[in-house]
Amino acid sequence: MVAIQTRAEIQALLDQVFDPEIPVLTVTDLGVIRGVDIQPGLIRITLTPTYSGCPAMNTIEQDIRAILASTGCAVEIDTVYAPAWSSDWISDAGREKMRDYGIAPPEKDTHSKKVLMGADPTIECPHCQSTQTKLISEFGSTACKAMYHCDDCLQPFDYFKCI
Amino acid sequence: MASSNHNLSIAQYAIGLGDDALTLGHRLSEWCSHGPYLEEDIALINISLDYIGRARMFLDHAATVEGEGRDEDQLAYFRDDREFRNRLIFELPRGDFAETIARQCIVDPFYVLFFEALMQSKDPVLAGIAGKAIKESRYHWKHTHSWMLRLGDGTAESHQRILTALDEVWGYHFELFEMTDLDRELLDAGIAVDLAALKPKWDSMIDEVLTAATLTRPEDTWRQSGGRNGEHTEHLGHLLTELQFIQRAHPGLQW
Repeated sequence: MVAIQTRAEIQALLDQVFDPEIPVLTVTDLGVIRGVDIQPGLIRITLTPTYSGCPAMNTIEQDIRAILASTGCAVEIDTVYAPAWSSDWISDAGREKMRDYGIAPPEKDTHSKKVLMGADPTIECPHCQSTQTKLISEFGSTACKAMYHCDDCLQPFDYFKCI
Repeated sequence: MASSNHNLSIAQYAIGLGDDALTLGHRLSEWCSHGPYLEEDIALINISLDYIGRARMFLDHAATVEGEGRDEDQLAYFRDDREFRNRLIFELPRGDFAETIARQCIVDPFYVLFFEALMQSKDPVLAGIAGKAIKESRYHWKHTHSWMLRLGDGTAESHQRILTALDEVWGYHFELFEMTDLDRELLDAGIAVDLAALKPKWDSMIDEVLTAATLTRPEDTWRQSGGRNGEHTEHLGHLLTELQFIQRAHPGLQW
């Protein structure tokens, strides 16, 4: 017999699944889990990718399956594209963890920002908190990050793009 | 279960969009380890990855609505060149860096406008993919736009090379705005995008960047199309031999 898992139990398990590319963030921090549906013997997870080609999605899916296997329930994972993921969905806790890890978290509220040709936002250095920073490249080590340089502490750092 | 004609039309439409993304994604991926410097290498590969991701989503949707038991990999790896429906601009060789940027200069504004319109599609999957892709394409355009300024308003050499590159690719932009019978059928059904209607806005985006980059807009002296009918340049076959090689040699192989 398979017991019906409580939502809190499932959530505690999902909180142990980390983003393979930013391993301090859980999938919950990242905001890619859009739904958890619990039925007797079945857990259905709805996921959304951060970027169309995000290569971490397959790993995240496998990791979720692996950790939920301990419940003995069948696991179904659906991928949805709408509504499109936004960096606004990254939790406040996730933003703090990111900063501690050396990645500048994204600006909040993409709607009010001119993503296209507007002025570049001021990005605070995650190492020394200086705002004397400059963009090196719009694209960084993963699809979701850009590269910056701090003029005060002279360290390069990643900025999690605001989309 | 037999698919309705309507579903087959949607599948065909999604295959066209998927093939566009797949061929361009492959061309951009060819820059991997050949970029002019490390950051730009990474940028082009990130953009490539966005296109490969879109190709997967479009082809997966096509395979699903078609309902004939094919999947995204079979569509990508086991069709021959004449079965590909990508428009010609996407299959052209990557060329030098100027040629790559010139193509992106035509393609990025097109996609910004196209996905804005496709977000209104009555097909929820296509609309969902568009909602995701529009954010990426705006970002791509920002990148290309800055390169157009640097190349056009840079040195005499960079100015001349981006101008020559634009001339090389210019005649292929018309096809992006051509409406096929399939486009018209699905436009009537509220699913496809009215491509011709995007042209005036595209023109003004192009004129803005060319003026800012001190470049002259190429003249409309020639045009080439045919990709949506399976009529391609010789380049596509060469592209596919590389893209499809492993799956053709070892069908079903997985990493």
